[in-house]
Amino acid sequence: MLDQSFYQKTDEIIEYYSPQASSLIPIMQDIQAEYRYLPGELLTYVANKIGITEAKAFSVATFYENFSFEAKGKYIIKVCDGTACHVRKSTPVLEALYKELGLNKKKHTTDDMKFTVETVSCLGACGLAPTLMVNEDVHAAMTPEKVVTLLEELRGDTV
Amino acid sequence: MMIQNKEDLLKIREAAASQLASYDCRILVCSGTGCIATGSQKIYEKFVEIAKDAPGVSITFEAHDENTHVGIKKTGCQGVCELGPLVRIQKSDQVVQYTKVQAHQCQEIFEKSVQNDEVIDELLYRQNGKAYLSPDEIPFIAKQTRIVLENCGKSDAESIEEYIAGGGFSALMKVLFEMKPEEVVEEIDQSGLRGRGGGGFPAGRKWKQVARQEEKVRYVVCNGDEGDPGAFMDGSTMEGDPYKLIEGIMIAGYAVSSKDGYIYVRAEYPMSVSRLRGAIREMEKRGLLGENIMGTGFTFHMHINRGAGAFVCGEGSALTASIEGNRGMPRVKPPRTVEKGLWEKPTVLNNVETFANVPKIILQGASWYRSIGTEKSPGTKTFSLTGSIQNTGLIEVPMGTTLREIIFDIGGGLKDGGSFKAVQIGGPSGGCLIEEHLDVPLDFDSVKKYGSIIGSGGLVVMDEDTCMVEVARFFMSFTQRESCGKCVPCREGTKRMLEILERIVNGKGELKDLDELEELAHMVKNMALCGLGKSAPLPVLSTLKIFRDEYEEHIVDKKCRADVCTSLRRYVIDPKLCKGCSKCAKNCPTGAITGKLKEAYIIDTEHCIRCDACRENCPFDAILIES
Repeated sequence: MLDQSFYQKTDEIIEYYSPQASSLIPIMQDIQAEYRYLPGELLTYVANKIGITEAKAFSVATFYENFSFEAKGKYIIKVCDGTACHVRKSTPVLEALYKELGLNKKKHTTDDMKFTVETVSCLGACGLAPTLMVNEDVHAAMTPEKVVTLLEELRGDTV
Repeated sequence: MMIQNKEDLLKIREAAASQLASYDCRILVCSGTGCIATGSQKIYEKFVEIAKDAPGVSITFEAHDENTHVGIKKTGCQGVCELGPLVRIQKSDQVVQYTKVQAHQCQEIFEKSVQNDEVIDELLYRQNGKAYLSPDEIPFIAKQTRIVLENCGKSDAESIEEYIAGGGFSALMKVLFEMKPEEVVEEIDQSGLRGRGGGGFPAGRKWKQVARQEEKVRYVVCNGDEGDPGAFMDGSTMEGDPYKLIEGIMIAGYAVSSKDGYIYVRAEYPMSVSRLRGAIREMEKRGLLGENIMGTGFTFHMHINRGAGAFVCGEGSALTASIEGNRGMPRVKPPRTVEKGLWEKPTVLNNVETFANVPKIILQGASWYRSIGTEKSPGTKTFSLTGSIQNTGLIEVPMGTTLREIIFDIGGGLKDGGSFKAVQIGGPSGGCLIEEHLDVPLDFDSVKKYGSIIGSGGLVVMDEDTCMVEVARFFMSFTQRESCGKCVPCREGTKRMLEILERIVNGKGELKDLDELEELAHMVKNMALCGLGKSAPLPVLSTLKIFRDEYEEHIVDKKCRADVCTSLRRYVIDPKLCKGCSKCAKNCPTGAITGKLKEAYIIDTEHCIRCDACRENCPFDAILIES
């Protein structure tokens, strides 16, 4: 069961975009931004509020790569594997992250819920390839060594 | 202040221009995605901190104070992303471009270059040993023609005053006060402006088709879902000059009598979203968006939609489906978007760069625009130049510029003296061009002849260390993953193609695979539902045509000449170097290495899994890779 506060927050978000079918995607984006994932219960709740079927809401949510029904880590690290980054060796960067955090292609989030590692097709900073993004900050010209330093910094952050 | 008529806007322009003129110096800190990634935000804050406490300097000031007036501004992309953080020091008589500025250097820059006129030599841009003072002299920038990116890097991207001071909204005023909607459409049609999103469909014809629909509710949609890996021009335009983009969209709105415009921005561009949102807020506050704009009776509202990570949403009908709150899947056409687009209403759908061209065309006229570029493809094109190249970054050149000029004159040639192998153009929907194509003029039609497309404008330069089969596999894995699954040719065809490519790079391919690959590619190209599906096989077709020998090498000789496909590596022990210590045999996880102590060991290639454990740990560097 989700805490009542989740529903209150969701009501605020629905109100902001107005309760109509076309608001579904922005509403889900804001819920996910708030909780770092999309709780299934809330999606059902939203569907009822904006007048679409639960099936429709889930079909849309599962279509887009950005939505996740599983909780993600505090730091979501998106490693760019776009053409430019790929050509400039982004794979070793991804492998270094997997190795440091004990993750792999199937396991994306660390058990302490601190880190999630994903790949993304282009961050639009190709001039500085290879890049990765931690939440909304882009980090440039990454190397496996810089990954280690970056993780140390993030781990040290106790907020 | 609300802008209620033409005079109000002109008054603001005058005030903003005189404010701009009263700066003794402006510190322009690049705040494009690239430079922010290298820490330009900290540089900005540092300068503000230094300037705030500097005696005799004011950063916020009244017209008549005696101090030195210093403006510290965040600009859009200044171009040479690789050398960020970039800072420009602008004074009335000159602009100096500094590169790779670090926080601890800000004090020195401020004392020497802001408060005095001294130039710090080691921060200047350098190419082949020559230092360049002004950004406009740097070959990378000097050889460009900037229309869309005109203001990018030169002005405060977030300030509406600065945009107005620089002549912003003049085109909007011109259409609202001096032109009928039909005349606007005609002007764009005459200019020959073609959609910059990939297809190159004439924008004017599209607008005309929307304008003549019987249905009176129409929409204007801007495609900012720049999903091609290796392309970031539109992102830079949205970040660097948001007002110009909105002005272009509004002009389209006026031309086709639409009241609502939408910009669909991809999820990976948070900065574009925030700059555009900020710009919309500023414009609404001043009455430049909303009801009865400048008292002309023209009403227009701007909306921002964020993508959610689906490449296919760059396709028109998928994009409108996504704005409506549905799964972003393309639909069968006709009816086309101009007849039934967003919410089944006639819709003008163009991409960011197309709209960003509009204000200047309106101001300078169709014949001026036609004087740039080629006859069939007038104007300029923005490209993002990346990969194994000396100068990476955002460029804008007239249509018809050759690859040679772009790669060698602007891009400064290949990185680390590598030799040119190919350039991938048009991302996952495009193909490769090689040495013999270097002098082909780049425009919509000529590139098509060589089995490629200009696409949105990503140029990824590749050197001899790139395996073309692997590149084809990479793009196929991208399109396969992004296939929405609606039509069978794309959903199944891309999957089968990817399987074949994976077999080949893993050394398990057969020659008949190539025929099958080609057959599948033609099938998907001819039968897929949408443009993305139809163009998905292009990287394969193009590499198969140009680099067939590399495919055959992978299959027949089990060899990857670029040594990228690790499965094709052959590990051998050099008997002269091997001391027979047995360390490799102990490390080998599959028992592929055998031998007698103190004699040379051997690797059984059949059982070797190319894990590299032997080579990594050999104390005598006796293990070699043959590829």
